[in-house]
Amino acid sequence: METEAVKALAAGLAIGLGAIGPAIGEGIIASKAMEAIGRNPEVSGKITPLMFVTMAITESTGIYALVITLIILFG
Amino acid sequence: MELNISIAPEIIFYIKSFPVTNSLLWSLFISAFLILVTLILRFSLKMVPGGLQSCAEVLIEESFNFVKSVIGSEEKAKKVFPLFFTLFIFILAANLFTFIPGQSAITIKNGDGVISVFRAVMADYGMVLVLTIISVIIIQVVAIATHGPWGYLGKFLNFKSPLKFFLGVMDIVGEIAKILSLSFRLFGNIFAGEVLGMVMLFLIPFIAPLPFMFLGVLTAIVQAFVFATLTLVFITLASEIEPDELIEQASI
Repeated sequence: METEAVKALAAGLAIGLGAIGPAIGEGIIASKAMEAIGRNPEVSGKITPLMFVTMAITESTGIYALVITLIILFG
Repeated sequence: MELNISIAPEIIFYIKSFPVTNSLLWSLFISAFLILVTLILRFSLKMVPGGLQSCAEVLIEESFNFVKSVIGSEEKAKKVFPLFFTLFIFILAANLFTFIPGQSAITIKNGDGVISVFRAVMADYGMVLVLTIISVIIIQVVAIATHGPWGYLGKFLNFKSPLKFFLGVMDIVGEIAKILSLSFRLFGNIFAGEVLGMVMLFLIPFIAPLPFMFLGVLTAIVQAFVFATLTLVFITLASEIEPDELIEQASI
């Protein structure tokens, strides 16, 4: 295979596989946050910012994969 | 038309041998803007606040209450609040300036071709890395000030049992990983937002990029908040004395 083809393949694999984990994790966080808000609607103001922060932390592994992908493609 | 994406910022001109990149230019511009707004606020303080002053008051008061609720005491909150708020407001301004319409149309021509004068500041890894290093150094200083130099070293080099030694080594790795995870998160999000916007604009120029722009605005605000909050949380963790350590200190 040519270098360009391998690069495209590697980038696709990196982001595709790297997105699985954070996607599942963020789904779990969102569902738990919704559950908590449903159980106790008064604290939704406290839960929502916490949900965003934890989601951003979970997302970071996906972002690592993305950075690697971008470096493969444009670096 | 072809996509023009590069990870390194483009160099606009040189001062002697010092390269001035477009992201450096914009970070200076954003700093000047923030300083100007602060000075205007400072010299127009009134007992009955006007529009700008009440906005600033609400923002600062709410952030201070947030910092206090995370770190626990008002005394500590007063110490850490300037760092938290500076990081937050600088990253927020740098991210939101990306969405001023028409700024990407300003270009200049130099030896290498046509270069956009504007670049999202946080899409330059150097800038993000410097911010991260500042916060990580402060975290370490707070930890040393809380535990004392020997207590701080003892956290990493522990010879009481093989397991504790292994955990101490893992802690060293964890401290180094903090730099990578903090900086990659901010850089990755903002740079990916830029690339996504550019690719969508390239594929379908009308209407289709709008939802992605909205997502970008959301990311800009959330990531500024997350960076500042994580720094705050790490400082809080570093400034707390663990229960077993308290027992040790009491027995001495």
